Amino acid sequence: MILNQFLILAAILFCIGVYGVLARRNGVLVLMSVELMLNAVNINLIAFSAYLRSSAGDVFALFVITIAAAEVGVGLAIVLLIYRNLHSPDLDRVEQLKG
Amino acid sequence: MLEYAWIIPAIPVLSFVVILFFGKKMPKGGSEIGIFAVGTSFMLACITAVQWFQRVENASGKSGGAALSAFGKGLFARAGEGGVIVQPVVSTVRWFQMGGVTVSIGTRIDGLAVMMLFVVTLISLLVHIYSTAYLHDDVRFTYYYAALSLFTASMLTLVVASNTLQLLVGWELVGLCSFMLIGHWWEEQANTNAALKAFLTTRTGDVGLMIGVIITFFAANQSFDIGKVNASALAGLNGHTIWLVGASCLLIGIIGKSGQFPLHTWLPDAMAGPTPVSALIHAATMVVAGVYLGARVYGVFWQGFSIHSGGLNAMAIVGGITILIGAALAFVQDDIKKVLAYSTISQLGYMVMALGVGSWVGAVFHLFTHAFFKALLFLGAGSVAHSGSHHSFDMKKDMGGLRKYMPVTFITFMIGSIALAGIFPLAGFWSKDEILATAGQNGFELFTVVGLIGALMTAAYMTRCVYLTFFGEYRGHHHPKESPKAITIPLIVLAGFSVIAGFANASLFDIEKFKQYIEPTVAFPKNIFGVDFDIGLAALSVGIALTAIGIAAAFWIERKELKGLKGLTERSSVLKAGHTFLVNKYYLDYLYTDVIVGGIKGPIARASYWVNMNIIDGVINGVGKGATVIGRVVYRDIDQLVVDGAVNGIARETDQAGGLLRPLQSGRVQRYALMLFAAVGLIALALAIFG
Repeated sequence: MILNQFLILAAILFCIGVYGVLARRNGVLVLMSVELMLNAVNINLIAFSAYLRSSAGDVFALFVITIAAAEVGVGLAIVLLIYRNLHSPDLDRVEQLKG
Repeated sequence: MLEYAWIIPAIPVLSFVVILFFGKKMPKGGSEIGIFAVGTSFMLACITAVQWFQRVENASGKSGGAALSAFGKGLFARAGEGGVIVQPVVSTVRWFQMGGVTVSIGTRIDGLAVMMLFVVTLISLLVHIYSTAYLHDDVRFTYYYAALSLFTASMLTLVVASNTLQLLVGWELVGLCSFMLIGHWWEEQANTNAALKAFLTTRTGDVGLMIGVIITFFAANQSFDIGKVNASALAGLNGHTIWLVGASCLLIGIIGKSGQFPLHTWLPDAMAGPTPVSALIHAATMVVAGVYLGARVYGVFWQGFSIHSGGLNAMAIVGGITILIGAALAFVQDDIKKVLAYSTISQLGYMVMALGVGSWVGAVFHLFTHAFFKALLFLGAGSVAHSGSHHSFDMKKDMGGLRKYMPVTFITFMIGSIALAGIFPLAGFWSKDEILATAGQNGFELFTVVGLIGALMTAAYMTRCVYLTFFGEYRGHHHPKESPKAITIPLIVLAGFSVIAGFANASLFDIEKFKQYIEPTVAFPKNIFGVDFDIGLAALSVGIALTAIGIAAAFWIERKELKGLKGLTERSSVLKAGHTFLVNKYYLDYLYTDVIVGGIKGPIARASYWVNMNIIDGVINGVGKGATVIGRVVYRDIDQLVVDGAVNGIARETDQAGGLLRPLQSGRVQRYALMLFAAVGLIALALAIFG
């Protein structure tokens, strides 16, 4: 069982996701980056699950996938509303809560 | 019914939900649902009260009989045969369990609870009826009735609470509802600010209450149950100090909720709400919650402040200061509702002082009588504003002379004022005297004097208020008329209660219903002070009140007349020449004619003319001016400068601290995410290095 390779893959995916969330200005791309991060976590869960020969990690991964689907549903709806109100998916323009 | 008392608060909760969802579709905008629900609660409260009386009768070994006849018999029987134990009816279900501690939720019905249930449901019912006319064309009529229902339900929950945690829940709900109702007309910034001020100020006190509840929980060996808390406190479980700390924290809660000095500033601002709401807040709910708490867990205060030993204690001092501060402030207000608001503060001071000097019956009795006449006065002021002065509350600009146009409002308002001033035999006299006599007979003479000074000031400012509103010439620019029936009928009912409520505990005639039915016999100080009716003190307090009315009437009436006529004595000597003049000056208060004119008419008039001119006038003017000056000084230097200064100072500091943190709140999601990841990174780094 080669655990290391899976963990490195997951870490790379997660870092790409973090970069996307922090740096992209397009709301849709930010959502996609969030998905990348979630999937990186899924890889970790399944890798450990296989390594430890326990099915708990698989179950967790299934839950994460389900929640991720719901989250994308809500997230896309929010992006759609932002687009409708500001005529642009640019997240930098959504700053009405500035203190 | 005693076991099923939870139904009483449940009905208004139900009506709240129904009004919220279906109210707009009803023909009368949901008001009929609210009135029906509260009316049902009122009926059930009455049944509960009657059953409680029966229970007490049975325990005393008297023949049970029909409830009413038992009540009638009790009316003439000498109260307090002594030694009879009447257990309160406690029925609970388990709420949650946590680490071996079971917290239950339920009802605790005893004399105090049935008395409060009666008062709260009655006043709330009248306010519901009154509001149909007062808020007739309001934009948020349905919403208003929903909030009113929830308000009533919250207060009833608080009243029947069987443990301190449940009491705290009701307490917070009452605060929330008053916030909603004070800010009912939120379109105006001032109203929103007033609602926020009320909410935040009472929250300050709530912190004290919460800590107090936690302290008493541990002091009573991990129990929230009110009976257990009281019993443990009286037994002095876990030492005296912990109860002193607990009582002090609970007192902070009372100070916040019941508008005691120095957290009283929210009460006058709370006048921004609709007038019926003010009546409800000031008479039956919200502010009396504090006093109710004091009476409910009285064992804690009795033990904590060592009330049995006499002398000074924090509770009595806070109450005493509040009496004087509130009454002094009432002199300089031109807004009729603000006069009444400061008057409420002063009267709540009496109740808290009464608890502090060991007069439990006095405090609860004064709460009972005050509820009727203060609700009456507020609804009367609302009636004046509704039909007399076109929604203005300024006594000097838009009122005056309304006696002619609004006879029902005038008469009921007069009854309320006299009851408030404590004139025999109206309600306020009996309860105020009970407090003063108990204080005087048990080593708290200082507070009797404070109470008497308070009585003097109360009578004087109410005279001013009544004079400015109902006597003199009409100064507004509208067409005053009598209010509709939905407004006058509640006034008449309340006026009736203001007259008779005092006889529930008229110790002069050996009627001591409160001692017999309301005072607890379980988990209550065994050596609580008894009191004998002190006829000398009673005469003194009535005399003081009458003198104050006379002086105030003379002062304010004269000052109005200084422009055209020469003065008080001038009118008096003219009066000697002809009675017709008096008839023309119809606005002269009849008390004024009796007290001042009665003494100087006839042959003595000429001889005493000089004395009048130079000495009596001086004294009267001096006293009147002195009162005004004291009021102004208190208002300017203490209220505005010290209290408001402290509050504003704290706010300014908070504002500056917030300014420093503002850049962090950029409003950009990705900045927040960056901070989040940076923080996680730092924590990971710290764990890697030190872990």
